[in-house]
Amino acid sequence: MRNTWLYAGASLFSAYLVFQSCQDERTIRTAQYAVNGQKLYHLHCQNCHGAKGEGLGALYPSLRDSLSLRARHSELPCLIRNGFAEMPPNPQLTPVEIAYVLTYLTNSFGNRMGLYSLEGVETALADCR
Amino acid sequence: MRNWILLCVGGVALATVAACNTGTTRKLPILGSRDAVTKVVDGKTITDTLYHRIPDFELLNQDSVLITNTAFESGVYIANFFFTHCPSICPTMQRNLLKVYQHYRGDKRVKFLSHSIDFRHDQPSVLKRYAEKLGVTDDRWQFVTGSKADVYHLADSYMVYTKEDSSIPGGYDHSGYLLLVDSHRHIRGAYDGTNDEQVQLLLDELDVLLKEYE
Repeated sequence: MRNTWLYAGASLFSAYLVFQSCQDERTIRTAQYAVNGQKLYHLHCQNCHGAKGEGLGALYPSLRDSLSLRARHSELPCLIRNGFAEMPPNPQLTPVEIAYVLTYLTNSFGNRMGLYSLEGVETALADCR
Repeated sequence: MRNWILLCVGGVALATVAACNTGTTRKLPILGSRDAVTKVVDGKTITDTLYHRIPDFELLNQDSVLITNTAFESGVYIANFFFTHCPSICPTMQRNLLKVYQHYRGDKRVKFLSHSIDFRHDQPSVLKRYAEKLGVTDDRWQFVTGSKADVYHLADSYMVYTKEDSSIPGGYDHSGYLLLVDSHRHIRGAYDGTNDEQVQLLLDELDVLLKEYE
C-alpha cells in the first residue's frame, strides 16, 4: 500500500517534470525568436514605428496597443508581408523571419503575448487576402 | 623682490581677465564658405566678410500658399529635406524634429521648414495630410514643395545632399541633417536628425542662438 502511494507520487512528479521542460522549451524558443526579431525590427520597422514602438503621431501606429495587436493577431503576418496603407510590403522576409519579428514586437513595449510560432505564421500566410 | 610683486600683480590681473572671459556668452559660428570684399565707404577702403547665405526662395506650402524667405525673417528656423512616403531616415528625422517643435510649443521665435524632395507626388494636399497626421497644429512648421530645380538648388545652399535615385528604397537619396538658420539666413548649426545626441545638441545650441535676440 505504501509503495503504491510512492509510485503514484513519483509518476505525478515525472509528469510534472515533463510538462515543466516543455514549458521551458517554449520559453527558450520565445526568447530566441525575440532576440532574432529585435535585429529585424531594427532593420525593417524601427524607422517608422520607433525604437520603443511609440509610432509617430497619427502617421504610423504605435505598437504598444496590446488590444489591437491581439484583435488583429492572425492578420499580422499578412500585414508584414503585403504592407498596409502607408506601410510598405516586405516580400523579402521569410516565414520564420516574420515569426521572429512578430514574437519580438508582441513581447516588447509592454506587450506579453508569448511565442508567435512559425506554424502560426505559415497558416496565416496561406490565406492572406 | 620688486619683480616678485610685479609677477603677482600680473598673475592676478590675468586670472581676473580669464575669469571674466568664461562669463561671456557663447556664440555659434556662421557655417559655409566666405568671401572677402573690399569696398570704398566715405573715401576709406574697408574689407568686409561676406558669409554664406540662403538665397531668396519662393515655395508652395501645405495650404497651397506661396511663401518666401520673408516668412522666416522674424526669428530663427530649422530646415530639413524629406518626402512623405520615405521609408528610410525621414520618419526618425521627423520624429526628432517633432520633439523640438513640441519643446518650443507656441514660441513664435522658432519656426520649422521641411522641404519635400519628391516634387512629383508631394503636392500641397499630400503635405497637408502629412502635417496633420504628424501633429503639426500651427503655421510655425511649414511643409513646402517646388520645382525640382528650385528645391534641389536650395538643398545645395543648405549643404544637404539630395538626389533622385531609383535604386534607393523610396526613389530619392538625401541626407538627414537639421539646419539651424538665423534671421539673416546664415546657417549657424548642422545636426544629424537621426542621432539623439545631435538632436540634444541642437536643443542646447538653439537656446544659445536665441540669446542673441534677447
